[in-house]
Amino acid sequence: MSQATLRVQKISGHAGSVPGEDTQREYTVCKLIDTTTCIGCKACEVACMEWNDLPFGETVFDNTYQTMPETRWNYWNLILFNEHVREEDGSLMWLMRKNQCMHCAEPGCLAACPADGAIIQYTNGIVDFQQANCIGCGYCITGCPFDIPKMNPKTHRVFKCTLCTDRVSEGLEPACIKSCPTGCLHFGTKDDMLDLAGKRAKQLREHSHFPNAGVYDPPGVGGTGVIYVLHDATKPEIYGGLPKDPHVPWTVKLWKGPLKWLGNVAMVGGLIGLFVHYLRYGPKAREEEDINPGGKP
Amino acid sequence: MSTSEQIIPHGHVLRYALKERLTHWVAAVAYLYLLATGLAFWSPWLFWVAVILGGAPVSRMLHPWAGLIFFAAVWNMYVMWAPQMKHTDVDKAWWKAVRYYSTNQDDKMPPAGRYNAGQKFLFWGFFWSAVALLATGVVLWFPEYIPWNLRFLRYISVLIHPAAALFTVGLFLIHVYMGVFAERGAFGSVIRGDVSIAFAKRYHPGWYKEIVGQSSTPRK
Ligand code: HEM
Ligand code: SF4
Ligand code: SF4
Repeated sequence: MSQATLRVQKISGHAGSVPGEDTQREYTVCKLIDTTTCIGCKACEVACMEWNDLPFGETVFDNTYQTMPETRWNYWNLILFNEHVREEDGSLMWLMRKNQCMHCAEPGCLAACPADGAIIQYTNGIVDFQQANCIGCGYCITGCPFDIPKMNPKTHRVFKCTLCTDRVSEGLEPACIKSCPTGCLHFGTKDDMLDLAGKRAKQLREHSHFPNAGVYDPPGVGGTGVIYVLHDATKPEIYGGLPKDPHVPWTVKLWKGPLKWLGNVAMVGGLIGLFVHYLRYGPKAREEEDINPGGKP
Repeated sequence: MSTSEQIIPHGHVLRYALKERLTHWVAAVAYLYLLATGLAFWSPWLFWVAVILGGAPVSRMLHPWAGLIFFAAVWNMYVMWAPQMKHTDVDKAWWKAVRYYSTNQDDKMPPAGRYNAGQKFLFWGFFWSAVALLATGVVLWFPEYIPWNLRFLRYISVLIHPAAALFTVGLFLIHVYMGVFAERGAFGSVIRGDVSIAFAKRYHPGWYKEIVGQSSTPRK
């Protein structure tokens, strides 16, 4: 939530230009999550709660190694646990995927949001919710292809992972990165992370019998500020429903694009049309004559 | 209402009873609030409207409630008026001649009853839009409770709700234009309740005949 020294490149529900656009040269930041070395220890979950002062909430035990069914408005970072049987040799895999906001380059949440400045994207790519400007409409929930924004039922404001904007703006890495004991989390520029991820995927393909290993950086949302290395990049769904080809829903695009223009033109055109019609034809008849036929009171 | 009660002194006839007028204005006030707050969320250029109306979070909170009031009023209209809004052969002829209507050549129009075909279209347009707005509005009200596998409900609602609202804006503009500017005397009918006999004869000859008892066909 802290803007600190960061510049803004996109503002939700904003009429006019974006102040500070193009004023700063900045790298796009990125978090790399290597699912193949995650052991599901939840250190990052705890670090997230610690750094962001999130309250302790009840966990939900469901006979697996997952803390709760999904992220909450006050629990932004969740390791999803899935058992998977490999088709190749029938062996069992425990898949751990750290789930949080993906910090999309083209964020559906921001596109859907009607409130001026409730969602902003910094020039470094971080997508951040500004609760002070949020009106609680929940459009962002509909715009997000990853089911990330969560509503606080009491205050009717939406929350999610900030990629530790406050830390990043001071040159620190996000809290989760710092806590990971296996080194499966990395943080840096998008280019560096893609490079690192590509090398790791290659290693998995060539030396670890994961011929489908690859990097998850979905182009449908312009790429993401959080990328994964997956053992099997052809089946992201097995990692707790990671969408294979995420897009901002087409109805959201239609609504915020053509429908908006069509609607505005139709409304203004209709008003002008009626006005001109009145100038041309006027009223059908004068009321005075009806009420007072022949001038009688 | 029996026909003789509708004729009142000073050359006027009663067009809308108090219940009808009240329902009309409950719907109208609720609609105007819905339109103002809705448009504020529709376009960033109009967001200031919500700010003036008590702040955007307040507008977000009250819009759905105003929607419920609006729907209740429209439903009451349905109960009161639906039987009179049935499409008839006269309406078919009316649509064929609509260009005369829109160019103020009302003498060339087939004789309308209590409602002409255009008014019936307005009624049904508003009724079905209100149904669609309610159904999609409830989804928009509580998006956080729509389970992920039913998310298509949210996806269609964000499209259909504003589309239906836009459709009603078209109806609404024409409705206000006709009622306030074009058909002088119509506005009084939803305020005082009556219209002049000349008004009734000019725009609703079928209805006029009926209430003065010159017509042999009973009003539907
Ligand atoms: C019938 C019950 C209705 C319900 C329950 C309802 C509910 C909602 C909700 C929850 C929203 C989301 C944001 C907000 O609260 O403003 C919304 C948006 C909106 N509503 Fe309604 N509404 C109803 C009727 C109407 C009517 C009659 C109109 C017509 C003027 C209307 C026009 C709009 C518009 C233009 C938006 C903004 C759409 C956008 O953001 O593009 N609504 N409505
Ligand atoms: S609920 Fe989401 S879309 Fe609505 S104002 Fe808040 S951040 Fe924007
Ligand atoms: S993952 Fe969802 S909440 Fe995060 S930036 Fe993308 S669309 Fe927005």
